[in-house]
Amino acid sequence: MKKELRLMKGNEAVAEAAIRAGADGYFGYPITPQSEILEYLMEANPAETTGMVVLQAESEVAAINMVYGGAACGKKVMTSSSSPGISLKQEGITYIAGAELPCLIVNVVRGGPGLGTIQPAQSDYFQSVKGGGHGDYHLIVLAPASVQEMADFVDLSFELAFKYRNPVLMLSDGAIGQMMEKVYLSPQKERSKVFPDWATTGKPATRERNIITSLDLDPNGMEMHNHKLQAKYNEIREKEVRYEEFQCEDAEYLLVAYGTSARVCQKAVLLLREEGIKVGLLRPITLFPFPTKRINELAGQVKGILSVEMSAGQMVEDVLLAVNGKVPVKHFGRMGGIVTTPEEVVENLKSKIIGG
Amino acid sequence: MIEATGIKEIIKPENLVYRKTKIMTDNILSYCPGCGHGTTHRILAEVIDEEDLQSQTIGVSPVGCSVLLYNYIDVDIQEAAHGRAPAVATAIKRLLPDKFVFTYQGDGDLAAIGTAETIHACNRGENILIIFINNGIYGMTGGQMAPTTLPGMKSSTSPYGRDVKTMGYPLKMTDIVATLPGTYYVTRQSVNTPANVKKTKKAIRKAVQYQKLDKGTCFIEIVSNCPSGWKMTPVQSNKWMEENMFPYYPLGDLKIPEK
Amino acid sequence: MTEEIIIAGFGGQGVLSMGKIMAYSGVMQDMEVSWMPSYGPEMRGGTANVTVIISSERISSPVIRRFDTAIILNQQSLDKFESSIKPGGVLIYDSNGITRHPERKDIAIYRVDATEEAARMNSSKTFNMIVLGGFLKVKPIIKLENVIKGLKKSLPERYHNLIPMNEKALQRGIEIIQKV
Repeated sequence: MKKELRLMKGNEAVAEAAIRAGADGYFGYPITPQSEILEYLMEANPAETTGMVVLQAESEVAAINMVYGGAACGKKVMTSSSSPGISLKQEGITYIAGAELPCLIVNVVRGGPGLGTIQPAQSDYFQSVKGGGHGDYHLIVLAPASVQEMADFVDLSFELAFKYRNPVLMLSDGAIGQMMEKVYLSPQKERSKVFPDWATTGKPATRERNIITSLDLDPNGMEMHNHKLQAKYNEIREKEVRYEEFQCEDAEYLLVAYGTSARVCQKAVLLLREEGIKVGLLRPITLFPFPTKRINELAGQVKGILSVEMSAGQMVEDVLLAVNGKVPVKHFGRMGGIVTTPEEVVENLKSKIIGG
Repeated sequence: MIEATGIKEIIKPENLVYRKTKIMTDNILSYCPGCGHGTTHRILAEVIDEEDLQSQTIGVSPVGCSVLLYNYIDVDIQEAAHGRAPAVATAIKRLLPDKFVFTYQGDGDLAAIGTAETIHACNRGENILIIFINNGIYGMTGGQMAPTTLPGMKSSTSPYGRDVKTMGYPLKMTDIVATLPGTYYVTRQSVNTPANVKKTKKAIRKAVQYQKLDKGTCFIEIVSNCPSGWKMTPVQSNKWMEENMFPYYPLGDLKIPEK
Repeated sequence: MTEEIIIAGFGGQGVLSMGKIMAYSGVMQDMEVSWMPSYGPEMRGGTANVTVIISSERISSPVIRRFDTAIILNQQSLDKFESSIKPGGVLIYDSNGITRHPERKDIAIYRVDATEEAARMNSSKTFNMIVLGGFLKVKPIIKLENVIKGLKKSLPERYHNLIPMNEKALQRGIEIIQKV
C-alpha cells in the first residue's frame, strides 16, 4: 500500500504513527517540548476510529502506572514525556522492566539537570541505556534522527517490546520533536484482538490465574528472575543492534553520534571531506544494544574517534569500552540546550583528534 | 470428646453448613491472627464466586500487608507500585471496559503515597471498585505512623503518640472522595462482627452491580484492626478499634445513589 | 541547491506560519525541507523565529546559526540576526518600527514595507504573505503556484476562502519589494 506523504513535527509524527500502528492506549502529562503528542492525539480522537484510549493523567507517575496496567493486559500502550517527566516515571519503568511488560516510552529530551531548559539536549543517555530506575535492567533504546524515524520507530518499538516482553524507549530530543520534515506514513494497522497468554484479561476455567508482579520475597527466586532477565538482554545484544554508516569505507577518522548530533556530524563529514580529510560517521540507531562490535572493527581502521553528543560526555564511555584502547577517543559536545554546529565539530575533530 | 469415627460420620455433604469459596486458593494466609485482611479477602472472593465473576475479574494489589493478595484470590491480578493501584486500574478498565476491576489498598498506600492517584481516579469517575483497608498504621513495614493514625496514638515513628501539631491530623480520605462528583457509592464498613461482615459483603456486592451499570467509582473503606502493629491481642484490638477508631471513622454510607 | 532561511519577528506576526507555507511549498516541488521553530515561553508575547531549510539533498542539521537569507520583521530580530547572514547572503526586512536600519555591506538588503501595504489593503492578516511575496521575487527557488498549493495544504479547509486574498498579497509583495 502506498505511504502517505505529510509535513509534520516529530511529535505529531509519533502521535499519528501510534494511531496507525494500532496502539491501544496512550497515557501522558503535558511538558515542553513534547506536549504536541498528547495534543495531537486528543485532537485526532482515535477513540472514534480505531478505539485507541487517550488519557491525560494527573501526573507523570500516574501516566506510567497506567501504562503498567494497560501493558499487563497485553495491550499496546505508550507514554511520552521530556526529561524531568521521564525522571518521575522511573519508578514505573523499573516495575515494568521487572514484570517484563511490553510498552513504548518516548523521551523528547531537554537540557538538565533539574528543571533545566526546554531546548534540545542529549544528557539523558545514561538514564536511558544504563537502567534509570533501581535494579539490574535495560530498556531497548532507539534513537530517531528524523521526523521519518520518529514515525517509523513507533511500530518498530511495539514489535520489539512484544517480541522480548521488554519496555522500549525512543530517545529523541527537542529539535526532532519540534521540527517539521517530510514524513511518509504507513497505512492504518488493525488493533490486535489476540492477547498474549501471560496477560491479565480475566481468568477462564481453562488456565491458571495470571499474576503480573515484579516481587519475589525469596532471594533465590529473585536471583533466578535476574538471570532470566540478563539472558534476555544478552539475546537483545546479539540480535537487535542497529546503526547507520556514512562515508566510513575509506575513513581515517571516525565520528560517533546519534539523533540530532548525528545530523550535525553528517554535515561536518561533508565539510571535512571538502578539505580532503577522510572522515566517516557511525550513527547508533539502537543505544541499547550499543553497536560495540562495529565500533571496535572501525577502530582497527581509523586513527582516532570523536564522540559527539549534546551532553558532558556520556555515550563516549560506551565508545571507549568498544574501542578498548585501540585508538584515541575524545568527546565533544555542547550542553544545557545548545545544539552543536557542524563547524564546531570540524574544529574539535582537528584539535582533539587529528592534531592531538 | 468426639471419636475419630464420629468425625467421619459428621463430614457428609448433607451436614455441610459452610465451605471455603473456591475463589480463595489453598495458600496459607500471611496475615497475623485476628487481622481484618483475611476476612475481607474471603468476602471479596465469595462475592466474585457468587456473582460468577472469576473469568471477568482483574484485581490490583498494593504495596503493604496485602501485597501478596495475588497468592490468595484465584483471579488475574496485577501487583502495583506503592500507591499507584488506582492509576493501574484506570488503564485496565479503560482498555477492558467489560471486566470487573478492583483495587485493594491500605491506608499508607491509598491515603499517603497514593493520594493523588486516589483522588484523580475518583474525580474522573473511573468505573472501578476501590477497597480501602484502614487500620491506622503501616503494618508490613513494622508499625509506623500512617496518615490515618489517630491523635495521640503510638506507633514506631510516633513513639510518644501522634502530635497533630507536628504530624498533622488523621486524614479522612473517604469523606474527601465522597465530595467528588465522580464517585457513585462511598461507604465505611468494618468486619469486626458477623453482622458487620454481612454488611460489608453487601456493600461489595452493590459495588459490583454499579460497576456493571457503568456508574462511576465505588469506594469502600473498611475500618480494621492491626493486633501486631497496635501491640494488642486480637480481642483487645477489636475493642480498641470500636472505642477509638469508630468515633473518628464512623461506620455507614457517606454517599449512596439517588433513588 | 540548499537554501537556509531564518524568519524572525514578533509572536503574532505570522512568522511560524510563513515558514510553514514555505516548507509546504518546498514539499510541493518535491524538495527536502525542514522547519525548526523557536518554542516555549520565548514565543509568548516576545520574539518568534523559525529556521526553514529547503534543499535538493537530504538535510543534515536542522539547527543552524548561519543563514543564506534572513527575513526580519522587528528591531530585536534585526539586532540579533543581521550578523548571522552569510557573506553574499540576503536580508529582507520590513522597515515598520525599525530605528536602526541594517548596516552590512557584504550582503544584499531588500525592503518590503508589508505592514504599511497590509494596512493599505485593509487586510492586516495577509501581512506575512506580502513579505513572502517579496522573498519569492528575490529568491525564486519556490514557485508561486506551489506556494498556493502549499497554502491549501497548510490551511484548514474552513479557511480556503481566504486563499484568493492571500494570493493577492503575495503578488503585492512581489511588486513592492525593493533593493536598498
